Amino acid sequence: MSSEPETLRLAVVDDELGIRLGVTSILSDVTVEIPEVGSRVRLQVSSWADGESFLAALDGTAPQVVLLDSKLPGIGGMEILEGTLSGRPEVVTIMITAYATLESAVRATKLGAYDFLAKPFTPEELRVTVRKAIHHHVLAAQARRLMEENRRVRFQFISVLAHELKSPINAVDGYLDLIRNRLLGDELAAYGDMIERSSLRIGGMRKLINDLLDLTRIESGQRVRTLEPLELAELARAALEGQETASRALDLAVTLEAEPGLTLQADRMELEMILNNLVSNAVKYNRPGGRVTVRLARRDGAVELEVADTGWGLSRDEADRLFSDFVRIKNDHTRDIPGSGLGLSLVKKLCALYGGSVTVESEPTVGSTFRVRLPL
Amino acid sequence: MERIMSETTVLLVDDDADFLLQGRLQLEQLGCRVIEARSRREAVSILEGTRPDAAVIDLMMEDPDAGFTLAYQIKGRYPDLPVIMTTAVTSATGLTFEKVPGEDWIRADVILSKPVRAAQLKAELERLLGHVL
Repeated sequence: MSSEPETLRLAVVDDELGIRLGVTSILSDVTVEIPEVGSRVRLQVSSWADGESFLAALDGTAPQVVLLDSKLPGIGGMEILEGTLSGRPEVVTIMITAYATLESAVRATKLGAYDFLAKPFTPEELRVTVRKAIHHHVLAAQARRLMEENRRVRFQFISVLAHELKSPINAVDGYLDLIRNRLLGDELAAYGDMIERSSLRIGGMRKLINDLLDLTRIESGQRVRTLEPLELAELARAALEGQETASRALDLAVTLEAEPGLTLQADRMELEMILNNLVSNAVKYNRPGGRVTVRLARRDGAVELEVADTGWGLSRDEADRLFSDFVRIKNDHTRDIPGSGLGLSLVKKLCALYGGSVTVESEPTVGSTFRVRLPL
Repeated sequence: MERIMSETTVLLVDDDADFLLQGRLQLEQLGCRVIEARSRREAVSILEGTRPDAAVIDLMMEDPDAGFTLAYQIKGRYPDLPVIMTTAVTSATGLTFEKVPGEDWIRADVILSKPVRAAQLKAELERLLGHVL
């Protein structure tokens, strides 16, 4: 709980001097605790005898909470609510009505009032209603901030995704243009490299789309998960076998060190995704003649899976960014290695589903070790 | 325009192997000599010892705005060196970086969206160099 209370502005608009003075005095020492966001709120009260002067001051510093008399000498409270305050969702309005008629309360609520107080009201009724309104204001403001943040993150994700999808299309498009214009003459054989590169880029794009679908399925929770006891060594062996062609091409020494009989209650496809991503990274970011070591062990009530490579390693800064969407570490060694930039982000999200974690330890030029911990 | 017989040297900077290959083929077809660089940093170190006749540079490389920085560095060293920036960013994000007269925070002479067509590259290079290729 923060010690310094936040100050919110409350305006009371009523032509009765007694109400204005009473509200100001009762609310001046009110403090509201909002445990959900760990904050405390106190009020700064201003009062207005008519709607016109309230509206004139509104564009300066708008109050967060308004106590608004429905019947005012000039422009009425209902008109202010309908004409001005209904367009400002950040202002919480409490209508003060002369009689506790259901009709006026319903009308005020329809126009966007949060609550109402019927005259005459007791100091306690005032405090309770205002406390509730403040609570609502703080939580609604928090929700708006989160929504805004989500929108921003989503926009950023889509922008980068669009760029990642455009790149291979542009590359293939560029090759097609060169082929169409017979840049290297009429012999098809001259274009072999261009066709090969085009296939490679299309393959990369297909991988990106598949990773994206996996990511979306995991994040939305739509995929039906089947938890069953899985033999981890067997899954690790399969992941290594899947990379056999690639690891042979780089002449890598591959070892699996597994504690026998290690099983985990998990979804097969999810564990395969974790293993395949880590193992394929360890292979493709390795150096010729290097090593890939997969270790499986039980430690402190969890399964620990380590995938170690002898690649070019990562700087501290690179390691920190590595598990975010679309992060690819580009340098002379990695630049031509295809990847979607989503694999490790996917691994991180999958580990979280099991209450586990993924970390990386790395030494530049020596290699990296990725460590997954999944609670048993 | 008079035809200048000496060879035109173009610095081509892109972190994508495919665009580098395509750019090289297009430029060589125009009779240019191509110096390749795969990052802003590499380009800067090449520029220390060489003054090419023109530069064709990508926008997003080691940083999302590496091309802007590079254009700035090129113009700082060789103010008259024509710089063509290539990018797929505009079509992907809807952001536009069109050159607005008087507003020259982008130090490239022209911005082309990827993929760059050979004819377009030829036309822009000839316009900026002031001679036919």
